[in-house]
Amino acid sequence: MSALGHFSYWVTIFLLVAGLFIVIARGNLVKKLIGLSIFQTSVYLLYIAPGKLIGGTAPIVGTGITVYSNPLPHVLILTAIVVGIATLALGLALVVRIRESYGSVEEDEILRAEEAALRDEAT
Amino acid sequence: MMAVIAAAIVIQRNLFAVVVLGGIYSFLMATALVALDAVDVAMTEASVGAGISTVLLLGALHLVRGDEAKPLGRPWLPLAVSIAVGGVLVYGTLGLPAFSDPEAPIHKHVAPRYINESLKETGVPNVVTAVLASYRGYDTLGETTVVFTAGIGVIALLRQRKRKDRDRR
Repeated sequence: MSALGHFSYWVTIFLLVAGLFIVIARGNLVKKLIGLSIFQTSVYLLYIAPGKLIGGTAPIVGTGITVYSNPLPHVLILTAIVVGIATLALGLALVVRIRESYGSVEEDEILRAEEAALRDEAT
Repeated sequence: MMAVIAAAIVIQRNLFAVVVLGGIYSFLMATALVALDAVDVAMTEASVGAGISTVLLLGALHLVRGDEAKPLGRPWLPLAVSIAVGGVLVYGTLGLPAFSDPEAPIHKHVAPRYINESLKETGVPNVVTAVLASYRGYDTLGETTVVFTAGIGVIALLRQRKRKDRDRR
């Protein structure tokens, strides 16, 4: 019972860890943003899954229905999805600008270019 | 299945393939949300997550282009950090109520009032719409503010580029 009851949490955690790993380990900025959105979707699951009641229906009032799933997390996550797409768009715009300034979207190459520029200034 | 797709996204280095996998991932997430009774959220996820964000990513790829470079060395440290975080979180879930437990705190407070009263108070049968537009209207106002700010930011960032192009010419 316990293992089955907590399965939804564990799926959420796996997705969250996968997103976190992409964000930390991968150098490509576009890939990092995709990792960030995986992280975000795992948070959607984290909110929605506890609101579900087995035998319940979607929270639309109808006759003869007594058990509804919890509508509050749905509202919060609707907001989160839209804000998430806004962050993604802004992040991608930044990536495009970085690519134009440095000619690369790889983190290590950008850092190297930055160091070289600093050295040029010093000499 | 979603876990498999997520793992494929981790491994795949061709960014175009990653974006397409991301679209598949979003549709699977929408399906899971329907199964969890969150129909409104599933609609939004399918249109925004699988539609708009895929288009945005493809647009950015068109401007950036290219594959991901091979990672330098083995990523042991990030792997260790991620697994440690996952372990701590799994330990944390052991204290949480089981899936679909009607006695869980989440079903005890605000939600029953919304379900019982919202039809009387707002006249909208869809509780999610009623809460979004009536009870939490200020949240939605704040959300539109965030989207507006992000839009301004994107325009500001990309316009500067055009001006520079003109200067160069």
